[in-house]
Amino acid sequence: MSQRELSQEEAKEFVSERRSYAWGYLLSLLLTLVPFGFAAFGDLSRMALWLTIAGCALVQIVVHLRFFLHITWSGNKREDLQLILFTVLILLIMGGGTLWILFSLYYRMMPGMMP
Amino acid sequence: MTSTTTHRPADQARSPVRHPGLNLGPSHQESEDVREEMVFGFWVFMMSDVIIFGLLFATYVVMLGGTAGGPGPSDLFEMKSAFIETMILLVSSFTFGMASLALKYRTDRKVLVIWLVVTLLLGLGFLFFELKDFHTMFGKGGVPSRSGFISAFFSLVPLHGLHVTGACIWLIAILGQIAVYGVDSFVKTALLRLAILWHFLDIIWIGIFSLVYLGGLS
Amino acid sequence: MTDVWSFIFGRLGWDALPFWDAIKDPTTFNIINGVIAGGAAGLVLLGALATVVWITWAGKWRYLWTEWLTSPDHKKIGIMFIVIAMVMLSRALIEAVFMRAQQAVGLDGGFLSPDHFGEFFTTHGTIMIFFMAMPFLTGMINYVMPLQIGARDLSFPIMNQISLGLTAAGAAIVMISLVLAPFSTGGWSGYPPYTELAYSPDAGVDYWIWAVTLSTLSSTLSGINFAVTIYKKRAPGMKLFRMPLFTWTALCTAILMIFGMPPLTVVTALLALDRYLDFHMFTSDLGGNMMNYVNLFWAFGHPEVYILILLPFGIYSEVFATFSGKRLYGYTSLVIATMCIAVLSFTVWLHHFFTMGQSASINAAFGIATMLIGIPTGVKVYDWMLTMYRGRIRISVPMIYAIGFIMLFVLGGLTGIILATPSVDYQVHNSLFLIAHFHNMLIPGTLFGMLSATNFWFPKAFGFRLEERWGRRAAYAWIIGFMLAFFPLYALGVMGMPRRSLTFFEPAYLPWTIAAGVGAIVILFAMLFLLIQLWVSVRDRHSNNMFAGDPWDGRSLEWATSSPPPEYNFPVIPEIHSRDAYMAEKEQGKAYQVPDEFPDIEMPSNSAMGVIIAVTGTAMAFGLTWYMWWLVILSGVVTLVAVIARGFARKTTRTISGDEVRRTHLAWLEHIRRTTPVDRSKEQTSENRGLPVPPVEGAVQ
Repeated sequence: MSQRELSQEEAKEFVSERRSYAWGYLLSLLLTLVPFGFAAFGDLSRMALWLTIAGCALVQIVVHLRFFLHITWSGNKREDLQLILFTVLILLIMGGGTLWILFSLYYRMMPGMMP
Repeated sequence: MTSTTTHRPADQARSPVRHPGLNLGPSHQESEDVREEMVFGFWVFMMSDVIIFGLLFATYVVMLGGTAGGPGPSDLFEMKSAFIETMILLVSSFTFGMASLALKYRTDRKVLVIWLVVTLLLGLGFLFFELKDFHTMFGKGGVPSRSGFISAFFSLVPLHGLHVTGACIWLIAILGQIAVYGVDSFVKTALLRLAILWHFLDIIWIGIFSLVYLGGLS
Repeated sequence: MTDVWSFIFGRLGWDALPFWDAIKDPTTFNIINGVIAGGAAGLVLLGALATVVWITWAGKWRYLWTEWLTSPDHKKIGIMFIVIAMVMLSRALIEAVFMRAQQAVGLDGGFLSPDHFGEFFTTHGTIMIFFMAMPFLTGMINYVMPLQIGARDLSFPIMNQISLGLTAAGAAIVMISLVLAPFSTGGWSGYPPYTELAYSPDAGVDYWIWAVTLSTLSSTLSGINFAVTIYKKRAPGMKLFRMPLFTWTALCTAILMIFGMPPLTVVTALLALDRYLDFHMFTSDLGGNMMNYVNLFWAFGHPEVYILILLPFGIYSEVFATFSGKRLYGYTSLVIATMCIAVLSFTVWLHHFFTMGQSASINAAFGIATMLIGIPTGVKVYDWMLTMYRGRIRISVPMIYAIGFIMLFVLGGLTGIILATPSVDYQVHNSLFLIAHFHNMLIPGTLFGMLSATNFWFPKAFGFRLEERWGRRAAYAWIIGFMLAFFPLYALGVMGMPRRSLTFFEPAYLPWTIAAGVGAIVILFAMLFLLIQLWVSVRDRHSNNMFAGDPWDGRSLEWATSSPPPEYNFPVIPEIHSRDAYMAEKEQGKAYQVPDEFPDIEMPSNSAMGVIIAVTGTAMAFGLTWYMWWLVILSGVVTLVAVIARGFARKTTRTISGDEVRRTHLAWLEHIRRTTPVDRSKEQTSENRGLPVPPVEGAVQ
């Protein structure tokens, strides 16, 4: 017997979890095709293009976390969500801080390194 | 211990959620506590790994100006290969999800192994295209010794590739364990942890194709 | 022939001998430095040989292997971490004494060569941070935290072994560098472009990179282990706000390790890429950016110093409460202050490079954040003072360190606020004022905390007390020696003497450097007293025995076990109903109960993983340093095979029968029955056998 005898609840759960992966894939596909499409064929200004790419990337990351990793606002153990939120905070502080500091240094001391 | 009963909307999983990623639920009750601990532990490790990549991303942005008169992003990156790699990795995330479902809801191992092997092949395919890419870049003079910018690229993207390689090796080791022991509780815990790694591989790649490839080519 | 040699030995040659310069160019100066370096190398070899001979003569190899090296027990691993720390402390202290001696006679010259002095300040800093303080606190958390939360072990015992193996490998590399020299001269911070291949082509910086990488990996894994244990393995009823302060600070330290180590992993890896694969991340040409190194290094460096201090804060909380005979004042505020410090510690790293050239707005923002961190620390100091207030204080050895800490640390903290002002910092950055400040934080803070903790928990770990008289002498010598060695440095810094100065030309510095040199000698004596204390305690261990387990009338769960505790810590996992769980039990007369039943206990089996990683880690680091690529590949393959093979292991636990547990527990209770309880007036005497009298009815406990 390859397929386990699933109770009614389990069967419903299977359908909803499979749907989660399917939705995750389709949304991610869309959020990939849009920025690639605009970058390859679109006619946006540079700033608009960058905002589109960044926006799609951030949303797609959330899609992955929600639909593939099942991280939700309420469904998890408190510490699972706390950790990813704290990680995001540290990334913002360290990453943002690095950009702020380094670009100030470039402006004042190494203008040749400005991109 | 913290409470596991929380109110969840009807469309979400009904098994109590003990750890990040897909929870196997009460029908896999054996070693549930161990699983909770080990998967959470791996989740914590992933967080520190995310910080490493985040810092490499910030470093990359900061080194965009360090081309030293050498080739820049538009000279070295190709949208087509980036797109192929992106698609491969995205599909592999989906196939790993299917493998996770097979693990949770089936008792045989055939379907599980098939999905895992497909995922492995996709992972190896990703690596093949990426290495080919690097080779092309070298041919165009895009070697790290040429400039800080190219060094920054090669400190970020190959690290991701190394993680993909590690995940593939781990996947092969798990397939070996399945061959020897069947799908026992150790294997289940390993697959749940590898699932987290695999999905994070794709998350980091979203950052790479957006910031490095699309950002650089536009 | 040379081809075979360079394949096997890479770039290792005769010039790696530490006295090579003295042989090639025998000036008096070179000979003096050669003797010092050769002497150090000789000590390392002698020490290693003596250890091997002693173990062989005592017939203890099998015992060492089964009881210690392959043990997954958090208590054993904790002790081994602390042993590494104490050995490395001795070495780094001697290096400090040499530097102080050089500066005491350093007007217009001195006896050390510039390179030698460069190695001294590099190894001193690198060892003290990565191979003394980190292992010390890792070992302390390892030992105490699972006992305090009512757990049987950490969540991942084998990963714990691996952490120990990685730290041991790093320490081994640093010791090997004394025999096969040189070590880096780039300081413990290793700033490029000086540490790039162009300016430091020899093996020194590579030694440093790999030793630090091993330590960083070890700490990251330990941090994960500690955090998961505290989240998942607390005894039933031990809610987060019922945990002892030591465990709270252990949790915050673990979070800092997890999130603070990655920047260092990144920055040393990038420097390695520059040196090995001709990358240009931090070079001075072709688009490199050495300022990013400084930025990333201190993004690690600042959380690192909070890792080093938060745990001592927790230790002092336990010590102040226990030796004032009173519950900790302001528990909630202490917890919140700890969490604030942990989060804020990620926001201040720029204050380590105010002078690098960024705008005044950025300097101001980080300066303000730095001053803000002083506030929760101040809250803690008031809480400790209020804990002592109206308590019945016993001046035990841990308490001497604690009181020394609370006074000296506040002074050092004030100099930190001074340094937090960018405009002031521009005057004293990288002067001895800075050196005085951070030693003022690290010695009374971290080191005294570790020594206080050692005296506090030693009886628990080994079943006998540390001798008090020599302990007191050591504590006072540390306090006086520290003040004499470092307060002059504040004056020197303000007078303009830079740090890491081999020599100087301003005669006004001389009285101060001599005073500091005398202070270093006093500290050396303090270290000697500690060793004497250990010797005397081991000699007298039978008369100082305290198997009963509670010498200080302790408040938290670790004191509710025998000394030493059984391998599984508790016969039955306790149920917790309040803070200070053990003191609450004693107050209700519920201590030393016999459980209704004794279920079988499953414990992890021994494993050689830790030893394997220690060996392959050392081999890989050594191979990378000396370009012995076959060794790198071989050790890498062995590591991979070992890790994959571990995945195939299935029988990873062993069972201890409930009968054995019952027998052990009842034997301990029988021993307690036969022990005379003592009140606190007899605490420091040999009448104290580890059993306190029941708490005084109605007193504030």
